[in-house]
Amino acid sequence: MKEFLAQVFSVEVWEYVLPATWQTIYMTAISTTITITFGLLFGVLLYVTDKDGLHPMPIFNKVFGAIINSVLSLPSMIVVIIFLPLSKFIVGVSYGPKAFIVSLAIVCIPIFSRLVENSILEVSKGKVEAAKAMGASNWDIILKVMLPESLPTLIRNFVVLTITLISITAIAGSFGAGGLGELAVRFGYNRYRTDILVAVIIVLLVGVEFLQLFGAFISKKILKKRHLV
Amino acid sequence: MAAPFIEIKNVSKIFKNQSKEFKVLKDINLEIQKGDIFGIIGFSGAGKSTLIRCINRLETVSSGTIRMGNYEIDKLSKKEMNLYRQKIGIIFQHFNLFDSRTVFGNVAFPLEVAGKSKQKIEKKVTEILDLVNISDKKDFYPGQLSGGQKQRVGIARALANNPDILLSDEATSALDPVTSLSVLDVLKDINKKLGLTIILITHSLDVIKYTCNNMAVLENGLIAEKGSVREIFANPSSETTKVFIKNNSDLAKVDYLVGGEGI
Repeated sequence: MKEFLAQVFSVEVWEYVLPATWQTIYMTAISTTITITFGLLFGVLLYVTDKDGLHPMPIFNKVFGAIINSVLSLPSMIVVIIFLPLSKFIVGVSYGPKAFIVSLAIVCIPIFSRLVENSILEVSKGKVEAAKAMGASNWDIILKVMLPESLPTLIRNFVVLTITLISITAIAGSFGAGGLGELAVRFGYNRYRTDILVAVIIVLLVGVEFLQLFGAFISKKILKKRHLV
Repeated sequence: MAAPFIEIKNVSKIFKNQSKEFKVLKDINLEIQKGDIFGIIGFSGAGKSTLIRCINRLETVSSGTIRMGNYEIDKLSKKEMNLYRQKIGIIFQHFNLFDSRTVFGNVAFPLEVAGKSKQKIEKKVTEILDLVNISDKKDFYPGQLSGGQKQRVGIARALANNPDILLSDEATSALDPVTSLSVLDVLKDINKKLGLTIILITHSLDVIKYTCNNMAVLENGLIAEKGSVREIFANPSSETTKVFIKNNSDLAKVDYLVGGEGI
């Protein structure tokens, strides 16, 4: 056991694990940025165009919602594969971390859109009504009321998103995306390198735990500032 | 007498469900004078809130017209409507303050929306917070305030754009009796100082008695009676009013206890 642990933390193992960790961070960071941008946009759009929303557009909302749901309902592995050609078209390569960024974002945008929509929906109707009654435009209501009011929930959901993304990078890993997922499959699974597998697991556990704590900390800090806890 | 400031003419409101129609307001006619404190009382579901929401056009009327000053409010375009709404302040039973903003930020909100400059906002907010006696809580968040303080902030926020009328939607129903009185005092005070017209809906006769000059009794979407508070109290004609007055009287409980017909 002691020898095995020594092996897990040996230079040789981490020469594999560190670069893979960076690849995973790279993929996650950029995909997250893209996902947040579009997810916020789409989430707000879903909320606004709902039949009870600020600017009801029921038909658009139904169609748009159906597209979001259809991507949501497919297994993420399949979505990753389906959008690889598009990814190749946009970034020019079809293997390595870069190639998978677009695919990963497309898997996650629908998830985050729904999370954003739900966070916004939690803001009480009375506040929206008050803002409307004060003559606020729809933009004012979104930017000055809905988003700031739901910020603590949005941050928590943002963490959920990032963690989901990390686990999907692992799936992408088995199609040549690189990163910790690929390492786990290539070495841990195909070559029986349990030491590398364990090192990968340690990195993931620590990373995800850190993200979770960090998100909860920030969210709580805002709630405390507003004296809501 | 001058032309009434607010004129509600033959207003009806119908809500449609897939299969059913609900006639919530039936042919309402009301005139409210400038500077009045006008109370509308009724049981839950009588249509009070719908009526008030028609005045600031959160609801559109199904038929009839509402005029405030020079505004024919059902003919307003979207842009005009937002300007019109800035001329109407509203306060709510559950305050509806923004938790993400401080007291200052809450009162500044309507001014930001109206596109006022930073200096103007600063000046105006300070002035109004003074008026409702809550300047010391300027940097507090709503989460730190008591109900009465929250409603003062609500009033300050409603007054920020120098409205012509203030609508009060059960503004004291969530407050204890003493706090409730102090909030009503604020309303009376600003009515006197600013000459502001106030429309107040409530299900409490005490609130009307304490605050209003004129009143209307709403009963299943119809106006059961209207007139000066004094007249109606002295000589109630509708069933609803009689029930309200009877329950309001200290003798109701006594009647009930001695086996008469009380509550």
